[in-house]
Amino acid sequence: MPLTQADFNAVLLSLQLASLTTVLLLLIGTPIAWWLAQTNSWLKQPLGAIVALPLVLPPTVIGFYLLVSMGPHGYIGQLTQSLGLGTLTFTFTGLVIGSVFYSLPFVVQPLQNAFEAIGRAPLEAAATLRANPWDAFCTVVLPLAKPGFMTAAILGFAHTVGEFGVVLMIGGNIPGKTQVASVQIYNHVETLEYAQAHWLAGGMLAFSFIVLLALYSSRRRGRQGWQ
Amino acid sequence: MTNPVPHSCLALFAGLALSASALAGQVQVAVAANFTAPIQAIAPAFAKATGHTLVAAFGATGQLYAQIEHGAPFEVFLAADASTPAKLESAGLGVAGSRFTYAIGRLVLWSARADYLDGSAAVLKANQFQHLAIANPKAAPYGLAASQVLAKLGLSAALQSKLVEGQSITQTLQFVSTGNAELGFVALSQVYQGGRLSRGSAWVVPDDLHGPIKQDALLLKKGEHNPAASALIEYLQGPQAAAIIQSFGYQL
Repeated sequence: MPLTQADFNAVLLSLQLASLTTVLLLLIGTPIAWWLAQTNSWLKQPLGAIVALPLVLPPTVIGFYLLVSMGPHGYIGQLTQSLGLGTLTFTFTGLVIGSVFYSLPFVVQPLQNAFEAIGRAPLEAAATLRANPWDAFCTVVLPLAKPGFMTAAILGFAHTVGEFGVVLMIGGNIPGKTQVASVQIYNHVETLEYAQAHWLAGGMLAFSFIVLLALYSSRRRGRQGWQ
Repeated sequence: MTNPVPHSCLALFAGLALSASALAGQVQVAVAANFTAPIQAIAPAFAKATGHTLVAAFGATGQLYAQIEHGAPFEVFLAADASTPAKLESAGLGVAGSRFTYAIGRLVLWSARADYLDGSAAVLKANQFQHLAIANPKAAPYGLAASQVLAKLGLSAALQSKLVEGQSITQTLQFVSTGNAELGFVALSQVYQGGRLSRGSAWVVPDDLHGPIKQDALLLKKGEHNPAASALIEYLQGPQAAAIIQSFGYQL
């Protein structure tokens, strides 16, 4: 196999980035999805649209805004500099922030759908049994929404592994820090190292197929379980 | 900076000289990223002189090579090095004997801040910065030249952890001009216009610190029978083009 140490490091980095992003997105996305599922506020539609933006925006738009705003003259850059963190472009932390924006709808939307599908009845039933809202959420909503959490985690993870444009624009191609698998494939194609590009690209293809197959299989089992 | 989005292939329509008779043709040109500004200046002059229209697509030389190898419809190739056009010529994708050097590139260490560089390598050697941007040395000839300069100055190891790579020289300039990297090695043509630095501060790297950046042009097979392609090849070797090319800091 013609893969180098740099290729393996890139794959490992992609997996680290996707894992961390998924965990963060589940923590951030759950309250957002819960609020979107429950609220009747006029803010529901605007916020829902903002969450969905990365679905339709080219990654270069997100990458460009992050490059400018995280730079030394941008708002985020000035904030991180005043906190003594320096600037976040060309860092792993910067990629995590970019990925959280980029994959947000892939986590929030499945969760929101799951929460909306549960409806109010189980929560009202829990309330009559004197469960406080937090109890009800943990003991009623979370178990019922489990398939939604599975879908959200899998889609968030897979979509982050496939991230390219944002990383390309704010990463700087630094081995071990920002050189992820998708960028490494691009490097190989640009320098005509097609054998290595094939191995990595084929690996991504197989990985993506297996992830989606697992997702659809689990959904099918989930439906059968309900019947 | 004129182009905030790197790697995008911008179609460039030179003044459509509609009045210039039925002879007027069109030529598709693949242009190395460092030559973006000069070709934008050459296009209208070429249209005025010959009546032909020039349509340019920009990218890193390695990237354009891969596209040409896989059947991209380019008729003339303006590379950032000499070896890539030579490879295409010997692979039978170029017209034998049509290759020539249209410009010799100059490498510059550049910062967007006006007072940052003092025309010498002092700031580079002092190593008081966070990020030094270079183009990917494997894909971009100016990136290769930059890595040769660092090696020659004995700074490769010391600066390794501070290097950030752009995929083309355009993206490298973007890293520096947005201030994300304090300084970076770019093509002089990107920051030089009308015989002087257009903004920021710089150190024009002496030629003897890196291999010559001979930029060769090649008439590709697809353009062999297109009069507009032959006209461009001829125009690029003439005095009008030479004056424009030199005004962007290239040597000839």
